Amino acid sequence: MRKLTFPMGGVHPDDTKYARDCAIEVLPLPPVVYVSVSQHLGAPAVPCVAVGDKVKAGQVVAEPGGFISAYVHSPVSGTVKSIGPRKDIAGRPVTHIEIVVEGDEWAEGIDLSPELVPEIPTDRAAVLEKIKAAGVVGLGGATFPTHVKLNPPPESKAECLIIDGAECEPYLTSDYRIMLERPDEIVVGTAIMQMVLGGCRAVLAVEDNKPEAIEALQASVARLGYANMEVAPLKCKYPQGSEKQLIDAVLGRQTKPGALPISVGAVVQNAGTALAVYEAVQKNKPLVTNVLTVTGDCLSGEKMHNYLFRAGMTLNYIAEYAGGVPADAAKIVSGGPMMGKPIANLDAATVKGSPAILYLSEEATRRGKEGPCIRCGRCADACPMGLEPFLLNRLAKAGDIEALKENEVLNCIECGCCLYSCPAYIPLLDRIRTAKVLAKKR
Amino acid sequence: MTETILWTVAILAGLGLVLSVILFLIAKRFRVEEDPRIDKVEAVMPGANCGGCGFAGCRAFASAAVAAPNLDGIFCPVGGNDVMKQVADILGYEVQEQAPMVAVVRCNGSCANRPKTNEYDGVKSCQAKAALYAGDTGCAFGCLGCGDCVAACQFGALRMDPETGLPVVDETKCTACGACVRTCPKGIIELRKKGPRGMRVYVRCVNKDKGAVARKACAAACIGCGKCAKVCASDAITIENNLSYIDFEKCRLCKKCVAECPTGAILAVNFPVVKPKPSPVEVNKEESHA
Amino acid sequence: MDKFLVSHPPHIHASRTTASLMRDVIIALLPATAVAVVFYGWSMLLVLAVSIVSCVLLEWAICKWLMKRPFDCPEAAGVTGLLLALNLPYTTPWWVVLIGAVFAIGVAKMTFGGLGQNVFNPAIAARVFLLISFPAYMTHWEIPQGLFGADAVTGSTVLSLVSENGTAVIDNLAEMGWHPLFAYVGGSAGEISILALLAGFAYLLLRRVVKIWIPLAIFVTVAAISGIFHAIDPVTYTGPVFNLLSGGLVLGACFMATDYVTSPMSVPGGLIFGFGIGLLVMLIRYFGAYPEGTSFAILFMNMTVPLLDRWFHQPKFGRD
Repeated sequence: MRKLTFPMGGVHPDDTKYARDCAIEVLPLPPVVYVSVSQHLGAPAVPCVAVGDKVKAGQVVAEPGGFISAYVHSPVSGTVKSIGPRKDIAGRPVTHIEIVVEGDEWAEGIDLSPELVPEIPTDRAAVLEKIKAAGVVGLGGATFPTHVKLNPPPESKAECLIIDGAECEPYLTSDYRIMLERPDEIVVGTAIMQMVLGGCRAVLAVEDNKPEAIEALQASVARLGYANMEVAPLKCKYPQGSEKQLIDAVLGRQTKPGALPISVGAVVQNAGTALAVYEAVQKNKPLVTNVLTVTGDCLSGEKMHNYLFRAGMTLNYIAEYAGGVPADAAKIVSGGPMMGKPIANLDAATVKGSPAILYLSEEATRRGKEGPCIRCGRCADACPMGLEPFLLNRLAKAGDIEALKENEVLNCIECGCCLYSCPAYIPLLDRIRTAKVLAKKR
Repeated sequence: MTETILWTVAILAGLGLVLSVILFLIAKRFRVEEDPRIDKVEAVMPGANCGGCGFAGCRAFASAAVAAPNLDGIFCPVGGNDVMKQVADILGYEVQEQAPMVAVVRCNGSCANRPKTNEYDGVKSCQAKAALYAGDTGCAFGCLGCGDCVAACQFGALRMDPETGLPVVDETKCTACGACVRTCPKGIIELRKKGPRGMRVYVRCVNKDKGAVARKACAAACIGCGKCAKVCASDAITIENNLSYIDFEKCRLCKKCVAECPTGAILAVNFPVVKPKPSPVEVNKEESHA
Repeated sequence: MDKFLVSHPPHIHASRTTASLMRDVIIALLPATAVAVVFYGWSMLLVLAVSIVSCVLLEWAICKWLMKRPFDCPEAAGVTGLLLALNLPYTTPWWVVLIGAVFAIGVAKMTFGGLGQNVFNPAIAARVFLLISFPAYMTHWEIPQGLFGADAVTGSTVLSLVSENGTAVIDNLAEMGWHPLFAYVGGSAGEISILALLAGFAYLLLRRVVKIWIPLAIFVTVAAISGIFHAIDPVTYTGPVFNLLSGGLVLGACFMATDYVTSPMSVPGGLIFGFGIGLLVMLIRYFGAYPEGTSFAILFMNMTVPLLDRWFHQPKFGRD
């Protein structure tokens, strides 16, 4: 089958999917969890429990704080011990609800049985309510509230739902494992989202370095027989999983700068989100669990895992359970090596979207000394958005916000291809990201 | 030979004459009429074009001053009261003397006081560091040490102290233009009154964490205990969000708060050092020996 | 590791560095250098040594004492030295070579700000400077009759022969042992073996150090212009094959017009740059006073690069 890809830019880092054969393991419950009110893009949620309250797993503990916001549920049953600021992975204080774990009792109505429920409900409004009430957010990295994304304004019609199974970042294997182990649920989730979007075409796009996942999904699609659904292999290139690049590859359409994917008729959802939608709609289970990969280049195969964790377990707990932090680890990243957030504080709590604990050794990650720009153009060749990072770097150093905006710095998707390719080790993305912050202010 | 020279000189001279006439006519035709006072005011300005006044350069300041009905809200921090008096004289306005201000770095999280908890490997810029995370120490509010303020200062009044990792302000060069205040992403630098003979008291901390958390991160942190506010006789100190702040308009420099602070977070600058008086016992001993 | 590293993403890096790119250029030039040494002998080695060593040492000294900056990339200075040596006649006295190196690094590179900042290609700028300052040395060509510089006889480059005597001379050159791809009749070191140069260029293309646009544009333009003129008047104007293979065109097009710092960043800019160089080379060769035009053509087009960069950009995502 012809493999799709995006035409502009991109790089080819080594695959390094060392944890691909690690089946998903369920983590045992810790003694305490810290539930962040800010597990999604948009306004933080507002706690609706008090200290001393007894809560059950799946019970709402915080309500949306605005239009772009989401419900937050307790991942465990137990007692609320405190509600207050706690440091997130960046070391910044964020309100967390501390719950001491007692037992594993789930709230009423939540179906934890493994039987597949393939019948698609038809009441669109009710389904959207369920997705919202379950606190489902995009699990592809941005954690945008799904019920908002699946409800575009009436004048924008969705022509194609694209399920992002690319997982283009090196090292990460959590999406791969759920596509391999739970393809039926992902397909049902996709069908549900198709219904919500008005019955459009659905494409499950997977990179070709995951042939077993492609086969599993193809088998599920054939077996379950939903209309207008297909699996499309993608050429392995980074950042294939980026929304704009994915739409370009699958539909051949490029969104205009500043425009949303719906403007070209596309809605993109991560494969993990499809699974969360299935659980929310068919099993009434709110989003409190996810899969993360513990991996890296400085730990042995036995220490690599794909864990099913509850959002609120601390990273420390997971790291210790996995065998401890490797001695050679120089940097720990929450996510992939190209776009992941560096972990400054391993004691931070996980959130719904936590993708991985990645240990990188010194040789892999320590940056070289910055040299002068030799105008080789590799950064511009690599940029999937057609920007010129060498020029943006010069303008950012000069502080010329107007020229930066003219050169479309706000279009940057922060994929990291530029810094990755620069032979002079110029901190391009650092400067561009900072420039974006300043440009947005003005 | 002489003929060539004569012709050359004549042609060039004629050309020069024609061109200068053209230039003169153009200058007259396209002359922009401006209030001549703008030039006069601009002449007395320091000419640093730093933007500290809030206008885009010294000429813009001059235009604004001439256009305004009075000099309220128009002040050049670099030129200070001297220049403002001259501007007022030129324009025939009244100007009030303003107390000279100086930039103050409200952080004492030196390498000794505030241990590092991780190593920053990105670009050496405070703004970039602040955009990424809370910083490479346990204090999410303190100085990030990359020197954006030093780079922003046009007057060379700031330098990074390599031992403490904190910026140091040279009072003699600081013009209180505010560039460093605007650049610092943590809002650590503040413009405060220089004070009589340069004496001033301020809290060298901006940490809003609870006392125990702040103290764990930095030995010189303000823990918000409130002892300073209790002892202040001028009602100048407020405690908000676990952080003490001294209002420089109200402070009367009695320094009682400096002694009270358990972590030494309050600093008194430029006060004369008091020599200890000899005790009476020693004086008697001397007399008996004599 | 007691304190973990923290930085903006990405947290990994491709393995290419500036130094490794420059090393690839040096490797690509080695075949041509080897051929030159084999034919021209000790004098060639002396020119190479003086040029490379003085370029590297001078840049080191300027970085250390004048600019107070770390000397990041000795390989880049080495490339300049090597290219300069390949552009000069092998009989050039060592002190002339030294002056050339001083001009190349000191004036053409460091005064503009050092690595990455210069507008003009330093090796070519130096060559032109020497040509104008020491025309006798720079147009003195010797033709070795044997290997390693043996039995050298004073002669002229092929191009100067043609410019003096017209195209009829080409038929006699074959007798003198001239073969277009493997010539050793006069010429600077970098001109004499086109095959070696093309092999090096292929290496650079394979290693993705350079892209093919600029040299392609130059060759196509030269071939087209000379093809048209030769068709109109074969006696006065030399043909495409001759023009493509003689003089410093291959060396200039493949190694000096593709220099990162002094060439445009975008593809349309590069094509115009190449077209301009090709056009100027042919104009100078056909109608100009100098027999060889590649150096001037490249220098002239170097001047247009900032403008080309301003006018031509990458196609941006989402804009048609």
